[in-house]
Amino acid sequence: MTVPLSWYLILGAVLFAIGAVGALTRRNGISIFLSIEVMLNAANLTLIAYARQWESHAGQVVVFFVMAVAAAEAAVGLALFIAVFRQRHTIDLNRINLLRW
Amino acid sequence: MNALVESGPALLFYLFAAIAVVGAVGVVTLRNPMYGALSLLATFLSVAALFLLRHAEFVAIVQIFVYGGGIMVLFLFVIMLVNLQRLRESRLFNGPLPAVLVLAVLLLGLFGWVFVHAPFGPAFDQPELFTSYIDQQNTLHQGAGNTEAVAWALYTKNLLPFEVASLFLLVAMIGAVVLGRRQ
Repeated sequence: MTVPLSWYLILGAVLFAIGAVGALTRRNGISIFLSIEVMLNAANLTLIAYARQWESHAGQVVVFFVMAVAAAEAAVGLALFIAVFRQRHTIDLNRINLLRW
Repeated sequence: MNALVESGPALLFYLFAAIAVVGAVGVVTLRNPMYGALSLLATFLSVAALFLLRHAEFVAIVQIFVYGGGIMVLFLFVIMLVNLQRLRESRLFNGPLPAVLVLAVLLLGLFGWVFVHAPFGPAFDQPELFTSYIDQQNTLHQGAGNTEAVAWALYTKNLLPFEVASLFLLVAMIGAVVLGRRQ
């Protein structure tokens, strides 16, 4: 028995919702980044599930590009956190409020 | 025994889906980002296993290398670089917990609405199509590995996006070095 597509879609939706809640509500900057990675993985899972459904490699190629974006995002974002940490000695996003009105 | 082989993929799906969800919940709820990162590693690896179940062998290996290797090391290094002691005392979430749960339910409701209304498209059951590709002389290569087939899709039809992605990664690398440099 092959696992139906809908199971993967439900799992992707659940993972994405968990990640979105974490990204929107956590205060620790690094935890927000970890949550964003969960969301990207959920999207990748959906793409891979559809690639098998339609027997097309396009979905797998897109996942490859999503991984490139995720790697770049992690590198630049974490460098930003290190730069901010040098200045403010915290990565609590409630205290990094210079640009907030 | 036959029944076990028959339901093997479903059992594996349940196992790895459970690990992935528990790992993701750990990422959101664990106070210490170090534990959160290790919990995320469990999610990454089980998602890679789910890719394998979906016949995406190449992407599964890349997932383990890039996410489980590169990105995870990056996260762990940065967590060790920034001081965690000050963060321990602060509140975990920005808003009240009921608001967080309402947000989660709303998101899932949105996905459920799309899930009910979106067309899934036809389901092909021809795995041999998935490991075959058509080269530039219009010959069909069958029985090729998944890596070979994905490489054909990547380096012929998607060559320009591939080059743009490599340039993008170079820019990101230079940006990270410049940002992380001590002034």
